Amino acid sequence: MRRRSAVKSVDRGEKRLLIDMPNTATQIREELDSVVIRFAGDSGDGMQITGTQFSSATALMGNDLSTFPDFPAEIRAPAGTTYGVSGFQIHFASHDIKTPGDAPDVLVAMNPAALKVNLGALKEGGLLIVNTGAFTKANNAKAGCKEDPLADPALEKYRVLPIDITKLTLDAVKPFKLGAKDAARCKNMWTLGLMFWLYGRDRQPSIDFLNEKFGKKRPEIAAANIAAINAGHIYGETAELPTEIRPVVVARAELPRGTYRTIDGNQALAWGFAAAAQLSGLPFFYGSYPITPASTLLHHLARLKNFGITTFQAEDEIAAVASAIGASFGGALGITGTSGPGVALKTEAIGLAIMTELPLVVVDVQRGGPSTGLPTKTEQSDLFQAVWGRNGDAPLPVLAPATPGECFEFAILASKIAVKYMTPVMLLTDGFIANSAEPWKIPDVSSLEPFPVTHHTETEGFSPFKRDPRTLARVWAKPGTPGLEHRIGGIEKDYETGHISYDPANHHRMTLTRAEKVQNVRALYPKLTLDQGESEGEMLVIGWGSTHGAISQAVDRVRKSGRRVSHLHLRHIWPLPEGLKELAERFDQIMVPELNHGQLVRLLRAELLINAKGFNKIAGQPFKISEIVDEIEARLGKKEEER
Amino acid sequence: MSANIPLSRTDFASDQEVRWCPGCGDYAILAAVQRVLPELVEKKENTVFISGIGCSSRFPYYMNTYGFHTIHGRAPAIATGLKLANPELDVWVVTGDGDGLSIGGNHLLHALRRNIDLQILLFNNQIYGLTKGQYSPTSKVGKVTPSTPFGSVDAPVIPAHVALGAAARFVARGYDVSKELPEVLKRAHQHRGASFVEILQNCPVFNDEAFVQITDRKQGPAYQLWLKHGEPMIFGANNEMGVRLNPKTLQAEIVKLGEDGITEDDLLVHDETNPTIAWLISALPGVCALGVIYCDPAPSYDSAVQAQHAQAVERLGEPSIEALLHSGDTWKVE
Repeated sequence: MRRRSAVKSVDRGEKRLLIDMPNTATQIREELDSVVIRFAGDSGDGMQITGTQFSSATALMGNDLSTFPDFPAEIRAPAGTTYGVSGFQIHFASHDIKTPGDAPDVLVAMNPAALKVNLGALKEGGLLIVNTGAFTKANNAKAGCKEDPLADPALEKYRVLPIDITKLTLDAVKPFKLGAKDAARCKNMWTLGLMFWLYGRDRQPSIDFLNEKFGKKRPEIAAANIAAINAGHIYGETAELPTEIRPVVVARAELPRGTYRTIDGNQALAWGFAAAAQLSGLPFFYGSYPITPASTLLHHLARLKNFGITTFQAEDEIAAVASAIGASFGGALGITGTSGPGVALKTEAIGLAIMTELPLVVVDVQRGGPSTGLPTKTEQSDLFQAVWGRNGDAPLPVLAPATPGECFEFAILASKIAVKYMTPVMLLTDGFIANSAEPWKIPDVSSLEPFPVTHHTETEGFSPFKRDPRTLARVWAKPGTPGLEHRIGGIEKDYETGHISYDPANHHRMTLTRAEKVQNVRALYPKLTLDQGESEGEMLVIGWGSTHGAISQAVDRVRKSGRRVSHLHLRHIWPLPEGLKELAERFDQIMVPELNHGQLVRLLRAELLINAKGFNKIAGQPFKISEIVDEIEARLGKKEEER
Repeated sequence: MSANIPLSRTDFASDQEVRWCPGCGDYAILAAVQRVLPELVEKKENTVFISGIGCSSRFPYYMNTYGFHTIHGRAPAIATGLKLANPELDVWVVTGDGDGLSIGGNHLLHALRRNIDLQILLFNNQIYGLTKGQYSPTSKVGKVTPSTPFGSVDAPVIPAHVALGAAARFVARGYDVSKELPEVLKRAHQHRGASFVEILQNCPVFNDEAFVQITDRKQGPAYQLWLKHGEPMIFGANNEMGVRLNPKTLQAEIVKLGEDGITEDDLLVHDETNPTIAWLISALPGVCALGVIYCDPAPSYDSAVQAQHAQAVERLGEPSIEALLHSGDTWKVE
């Protein structure tokens, strides 16, 4: 049962501090249900840190939230250019939210390029905070603006708050005698301080963060940045801001009771694998090659060596998967993680794991493709590659968590399927899930079901391809076990003996067996349930992966307008869950929104012979709720009674 | 199987019929490995052979040990994962000149420079056998094959130079029918870290007699320089030849003892731990250096990984998922 929630206390390591709304006595705060803020600046302006610090503070205030970091592939693109603009959007609310928001209510633009790139997204009447100090002639030119963009009459549609943040920051950090560059870098923290004041957030966690990050090595940097935060905050309190700019309060969200934290998808995956290692009792091995947006998974796992996890930064993508397969042959669970181009390189080795029936988990954090594509942008275009992208008849289970938090349980499920069925498993997430953070109710660890694995040791009647008659999984006998010496390999093997076999009937039988084994994985699926709505109606919207939030909110909206629309989110892509065809056929229309050119929709049409129709966006950006609402409404047409 | 009965050669032969071409050098290498393993191995179950693709890579099927016939070129990477997952295992990699130096060159390079504890046996027959006779990265310039009907035009690599260049800590060379091969394999096995052994191997079908000058029973010894640590480099049918360093050119050169007053004192003395000597002698014109070219042990990668794990447990304590999930900032909704 849900009840009115209240954040009682916040744990910060040993410290326990009560949060009180600051400054409420001196100023009347405008009460809002939800706010969308976009921080935008140059790649070197520290917008991602500003965003994540603001997010942490917001989470600690008890709001529900969703974030969307959007940064360029270039690490430091030439300063001031439009292609070097880095953005971080956060949506927070007093109610349950699922997306980082369509259009921002507030845009913070740290330079002309950031303004130029992002102004179009800002809601009409929205608040625009600009750092006038960066609007020099030179910077205007770098952004490709001939005229002063601040003098543009187009700005009249917005509430503009021009502040010379650069100068105010330099004044604030003067006592710390930093170099010009380091001093100027503090302006993101000044901005953060102002935003903390505007939305009534506690500064202390960010101050702790700065002390922890810089305190030991460069205490003067920590002190200057803290001074900048405080100066920005004081500016909000004391400056005579235009009357239409008022501090805001967003009430705490109603969330189920429990202990919460923020988590992003790659972190949740790493922790899920650590949990799976404990639940299975197996050593885990993660072989990986750095690739955006999967690298942070390697970073997180590399810290968890005491969990029996070995991480190996391989020489290339192929070695990464090959080492994981070698580890699985040795009795550990091998995992590899990458993005689409990496999966392409690993493909032959994944086929080897299918053929030798070794457990393996392949994480594909999808990004815009093909080829290098859009490395830092999100897309769902590797579904075909995951399901069908190998030589030979080479099926494997494909899973797709829908939110960052779900990555935790899906890392466990993928590991469990891999070892129970002796098969590689593909886990599809994407750049959006990997990087965006959401409040996550920490699960009760004691409720996680162990799946202890024991390797085969019985020598009597041993064959490496002896199968469990129920699952069809072969035995897992590891090197080091006396009396079970055997050879496996990529050449087809005899069903009975496991020796090399070119026998035609045997190859037919083995191919069918491998396929049937993968179908058997459905025994571990939960019952197919709709995410929203009734099991029949005008339209079934079928989604998968990170589009969950946008679809969910869109379906909610059209349902509130009286339409009989339901939402099904597939988390098990292959094999497809049972009962899907029957369910889908109870709807007049089936719409499949995807961030690709139509992949799940083709899979559903081919497998189920249903009249599913795609709705596709291939822009490297998540769906906006309104885009899906408009499309559903357009396809449904007017309601009967309105005709 | 009782632990008291010592293992014999037949314990290492699998029940599979060996399917290499008649006269293939691989038979002799297989026999040498099966002969030497009982001396090296206490627990047969800990021995694993990993191979890639090619004629040589069928090797594991004929060994009654654990084995994994993997994909083209990737054996060192698979072996790396295996060794890290279970450092107790004694892991051998069997590869060829195409598998190890062409498609899998990258993995060979990194396995060697990481110095992971593997024995890597590279069967060099200077040809692609399994795909029916195309030239390989070790084929001599001008080699006429189905894919090079006018002769190959690309320069070959010297496997020992690849290994030394990759900072391998153990580099040796032998040949298929050599009586000394078991001894070379023994040294490779003793070495903790990556051991690289090039084995010159005759392909009677597609590249017959490629090494005949060296391996011929009668003529061969005149062209074999068997290296012995601490001893001057002498070779020849009557031990009349030697290797000397020319200080002007900084090259090793072949000299005849007694000619121009040259004595043993003028010759290079083999020092296994000297990488410069190793480089100079591994590509001498007119004579083939055999035996242990270079051996200078350093801590192995797998032992360093293990040490880091132990340190992590010591520093971070026993793992707790509960504590992990609650680390950092959390808040309660009541």
